[in-house]
Amino acid sequence: MTEPIRSQLIAVEVNGERHERDVEARRLLVHFLRDDLDLTGTHVGCDTGNCGACTVLVDGVAIKSCMMLAVQADGSSIQTVEGLAPDGELHPLQQAFTSFHALQCGYCTPGMLMSAKHLLDHNPEPTEAEIRRAIQGNICRCTGYVNIVEAIAAAAKGGGA
Amino acid sequence: MLLAEVEYARPTSVDDAVRLLGAHDGARPLAGGQTLTNVMKARAAAPDVLVDLNKLEELRAISRSSDGLELGAMVTLAELVRSSEVAEARPILAEVAAKIADVQVRNRGTIGGNICSNDPTNHLPPVVSALGATMTVRGADGERTVPVDEFFLGVYMTAVAPGELLTSITVPAGSGADGFASIPIGRDGTCIVNAAASIADGQARIALGCVAATPVLLTTAPEEAAVREAVRGANLDPPSDVHASAEYRRHLAEIVAVRAVQEAAS
Repeated sequence: MTEPIRSQLIAVEVNGERHERDVEARRLLVHFLRDDLDLTGTHVGCDTGNCGACTVLVDGVAIKSCMMLAVQADGSSIQTVEGLAPDGELHPLQQAFTSFHALQCGYCTPGMLMSAKHLLDHNPEPTEAEIRRAIQGNICRCTGYVNIVEAIAAAAKGGGA
Repeated sequence: MLLAEVEYARPTSVDDAVRLLGAHDGARPLAGGQTLTNVMKARAAAPDVLVDLNKLEELRAISRSSDGLELGAMVTLAELVRSSEVAEARPILAEVAAKIADVQVRNRGTIGGNICSNDPTNHLPPVVSALGATMTVRGADGERTVPVDEFFLGVYMTAVAPGELLTSITVPAGSGADGFASIPIGRDGTCIVNAAASIADGQARIALGCVAATPVLLTTAPEEAAVREAVRGANLDPPSDVHASAEYRRHLAEIVAVRAVQEAAS
């Protein structure tokens, strides 16, 4: 589409399921996921690109969905936190977050999980420093990060991320 | 936050992007969107048309030639970090790109966006200034090149005029004697002050960031006393804010300039 338009029909694959929707150009990807597809696991935290609660994978790459337009996701494959446990069985990262008590209020957790998944997809055996750098864009105001880092390390050692 | 209404176009060639930018008043290029989206949320900018550059593969190339390293404007910060060409030719670009924000932002944010937004606290304007880069800009009348010394015009302002597009950044082949130092807020946060340096032919070319509307360029002998003297002689008049007073920024500018030159020399 090479002439400016105000809304567009987009097709995306989210957690393996294909969706087609007409979206306004101004619609942020996070609002498309939450409000149009009812996938409310992806959270809006700061809405300024700092906190990372809205992190999802677009074509396997971790991005903050409050800083991408839904129309820009046309044709892409998206994974959200709902896609980690499609059959109800916890993903190794989710299991590790449970075992290590890697959350308190849980608001940042979907974003943390997706950033951790992005890390382990590209680096299956990260050092502690690499884990800390990988979640630098995800802010948790409860835990102090120690248990989160330990959970990601444990999931990596479990080998199943 | 709901954005104000805006139109959107996704050109498939640079020529088409330039045509769109020229055809609509208030059209703005959308690169990685890691600054522009938030500026639009805050209503600090209200473009009428977003010209999305993300499908322009020709702007994503990294290549080496006898002129040096040519970087497409849509090369992401993450691609700079992992590029073997960058690592061989001018590794400072990867080293600094790795300090910008976080993984998710580096996955979307681009070299062209970081340079063209020209926020005085950005990392890359001082780096490309110290390296003596040349910018290639395309408009309705064709292509022109702009030396980096003439590229940065003011806060958020560059030589890229309305209707034009930065297409690539050419960094000359150098000796690799480059350095960068910064005092950030937090480990890899926004810079309070930063400096990039490149040494060639016994002279250090230093670009100071965060102390003026545009990078402040100095050329001096690389010895510490000479660098300190050059920074003092620049009569910097940096801004004061909650993070640092003008006087403290002036003090830090001297220190990061010395550190950047020392890294370049090591």
